[in-house]
Amino acid sequence: MLSIYCPHCAEHRDEEEFHYKGQAHIARPSDPDKCSDEEWGNYMYFRANPRGIHHEVWVHALGCRKFFNVTRDTRSYQVFESYLIGTSPSITGEQGGQPS
Amino acid sequence: MQRYSGFGLLKNSVQHHENWQRAWRNPTPKKHYDVIVVGGGGHGLATAYYLAKEHGVTNVAVLEKGYLGGGNTGRNTTIVRSNYLWDEAALLYEHAMKLWEGLSQDLNYNVMFSQRGVLNLGHTLQDMRDIQRRVNANRLNGIDSEVLDTQGVQKIVPFMDCTGNTRYPVLGASWQPRAGVARHDAVAWGYARAADALGVDLIQQTEVVDMLMENGTIVGVKTDRYGEIRANRVGCVVAGNSSVLAKMAGFELPLESHPLQALVSEPIKPILDTVVMSNHVHGYVSQSDKGDLVIGAGIDAYTGYGQRGSFPTIEHTLQAIIELFPIFSRVRMNRQWGGIVDTCPDACPIISETPVQNLYFNCGWGTGGFKATTGSGHVFAASLAKGEMHPLAKPFSMFRFHTGALVDEHGAAGVAH
Repeated sequence: MLSIYCPHCAEHRDEEEFHYKGQAHIARPSDPDKCSDEEWGNYMYFRANPRGIHHEVWVHALGCRKFFNVTRDTRSYQVFESYLIGTSPSITGEQGGQPS
Repeated sequence: MQRYSGFGLLKNSVQHHENWQRAWRNPTPKKHYDVIVVGGGGHGLATAYYLAKEHGVTNVAVLEKGYLGGGNTGRNTTIVRSNYLWDEAALLYEHAMKLWEGLSQDLNYNVMFSQRGVLNLGHTLQDMRDIQRRVNANRLNGIDSEVLDTQGVQKIVPFMDCTGNTRYPVLGASWQPRAGVARHDAVAWGYARAADALGVDLIQQTEVVDMLMENGTIVGVKTDRYGEIRANRVGCVVAGNSSVLAKMAGFELPLESHPLQALVSEPIKPILDTVVMSNHVHGYVSQSDKGDLVIGAGIDAYTGYGQRGSFPTIEHTLQAIIELFPIFSRVRMNRQWGGIVDTCPDACPIISETPVQNLYFNCGWGTGGFKATTGSGHVFAASLAKGEMHPLAKPFSMFRFHTGALVDEHGAAGVAH
């Protein structure tokens, strides 16, 4: 079971309290009407899915019910950090690479 | 290839089973192949077998980074069915079902295909409406399917709690009598042995580390163990690692890799002679010939490549199983494991050409690939042999996520694997 730090509650809690909400930092196209089919399809369906470092959104569903971002390794499932939406992760790496 | 038969068994037993031929060779790869299949699971081995058998393409290599059938082929819950809602998916899975029905004879290998029927339970009025709709769609496509009410379900599985006292009472089910289970390892081994006998090279413990490209065309792959191996066409059938291979080739796939868990109990006496699945309470169970209950959990919501998942996911499934079968409440669980499944946004596979010339992908089977092993290999082999997608594979192009022509099978595939 993952142990995740909720930056809003400032506490580590068990994974069961949270829901996973997919890849973080996906920007909605500023003018959807002007998107090509390819741009819209990429926005809707194509996700990074790296084997390695992944930035993702979680919600503290059984706690404060607020959203935040997490940096996690998809091979070891190690959770490196939680950070607020709108801020940048401190741990980055090449998609699928080692943390740096 | 040494043919297997009752007489052969008798003959070899007299010789203390010391003279059985090896089931397949362990060759060193050639420098060039007509077709390279990346991934030695059920789908990859089936692809190689049908390439050799139906299309006469025998200069084929299967590259496997681990051992044959060691990925999701050896980790699933072995259920085979074809009662999918949409025409595109139903025709593909029914194509697979028809191949399952003659597979043991075809391969001269007992895959222990047992058509013991599959129940998909409904627990709400909406469940029952969806079941009726799906059963009607199945029948229009020539797939055997029936709607059962509570009594009908109770008759098939007398010890299931159908009393109405449960949190989600059993209101009925869809029933596919031709569905069932098959021994998953035997499927991989049977295809491997038959493909090897037709001249296919099965190269194990060899990982593809890069794709060799020339002017937007693939010309081969680079492996960790044998360096460059060239080929006219390359087909990738690597399930959870598809995104990683696509990245090597310079494009992206709309896949997310999730852990999917399953578990088996200690062996118990025969009690369950069919397969019970429930999308609503999220659990499914069958009993293997060995006697263990084979139970499948849902996917873990987060993405992962670790071939293991979280405990709450298993706990959730077992809660549902216990509610349906109070009699199982004191059965102990023996083993539990996980595999990586590559899920597609529309819960349908990708069998497709790619932006790279001569490179083909067969992936995105998500939680339900085992049942399609035969059909998937069959249509993918035809596509690789001709360089043009098989008619049954055409709706599953990776470009559907740009054109919008999705095949939404969440209803039939969402939980039930």
